[in-house]
Amino acid sequence: MAAPEADSALVERLRAGDEDAFMALVRELSPSLLRVARMYVPTQAAAEDVVQETWLGVLNGIDRFEGRSSLRTWIFRILVNRARTRGVRERRTVPFATLASEESAGEFVPVDLDRFAPDGSWAAPPRRWEEDPELALRSDEAVAKIRAEVEKLPDMQRLVITMRDLEGLGSEEVRNALDLTETNQRVLLHRARSKVRAALEDYFADA
Amino acid sequence: MPDLLTRRFRPGPAGGLPCVQMVELVTEYLEGALSPRERRRFETHLSRCEHCSAYVEQMRETLRLLGEVPPEPLSDEAVDELREAFRGWRSG
Repeated sequence: MAAPEADSALVERLRAGDEDAFMALVRELSPSLLRVARMYVPTQAAAEDVVQETWLGVLNGIDRFEGRSSLRTWIFRILVNRARTRGVRERRTVPFATLASEESAGEFVPVDLDRFAPDGSWAAPPRRWEEDPELALRSDEAVAKIRAEVEKLPDMQRLVITMRDLEGLGSEEVRNALDLTETNQRVLLHRARSKVRAALEDYFADA
Repeated sequence: MPDLLTRRFRPGPAGGLPCVQMVELVTEYLEGALSPRERRRFETHLSRCEHCSAYVEQMRETLRLLGEVPPEPLSDEAVDELREAFRGWRSG
């Protein structure tokens, strides 16, 4: 997360009409915005529209930005609002915070229970990936696998892991952008990460 | 510990956290959300259990790979349109 001082300097430049500052920010954040927008709308073209609308919203709102959240969080909030509106308009089921409770409810097992002995210790323990030179060579394939696994996750889990681990946003930024409680955000992240790890483990085991 | 685990596993007399619960807590650990006492228990187990430490390493590696999924940039056309929009905004 950018330091608040860095934020306020940037906000001043934007307000002053500094094109370089604006375009640099557009280049830096748009790929992340695009990826998140894509989860709400059916096509890449619609996602691009949403990102463009977001930037127009940023320009129109920048005078009212008070710095209560980071600039980045504020921009993501604008994006999520626009993307939801657009998703609803296109009659798509869009991820809402209410889904978060649904997706974090019920029992969840990060690792198949058959892999543990009756006393709860490992019976079929995980391998050490870092000692496996073969795996290091396959990291491109692993990234492709990860991408496919993330696609399969339920909506809110997918949004949270995308914002946290693909885009590198902080937990507070994600909570603010998506209106999630701290616990919900963490449970969604836990389930998403655990599933992706398990899928990778299966994938490497077949190697 | 969730009911499912309590029903199925009976941790040995050594006490502490069983491995099956370590995998439940790993995100809270990595997020810094454990209480100091829970954190100590987690780290004590980790320092003594090579399998759980392999598990946490796998999780860290998963996070590293997640960070490598390449982003897609906005199209040049969209970037040009935004530059125009910015100029319009500035002069308007």
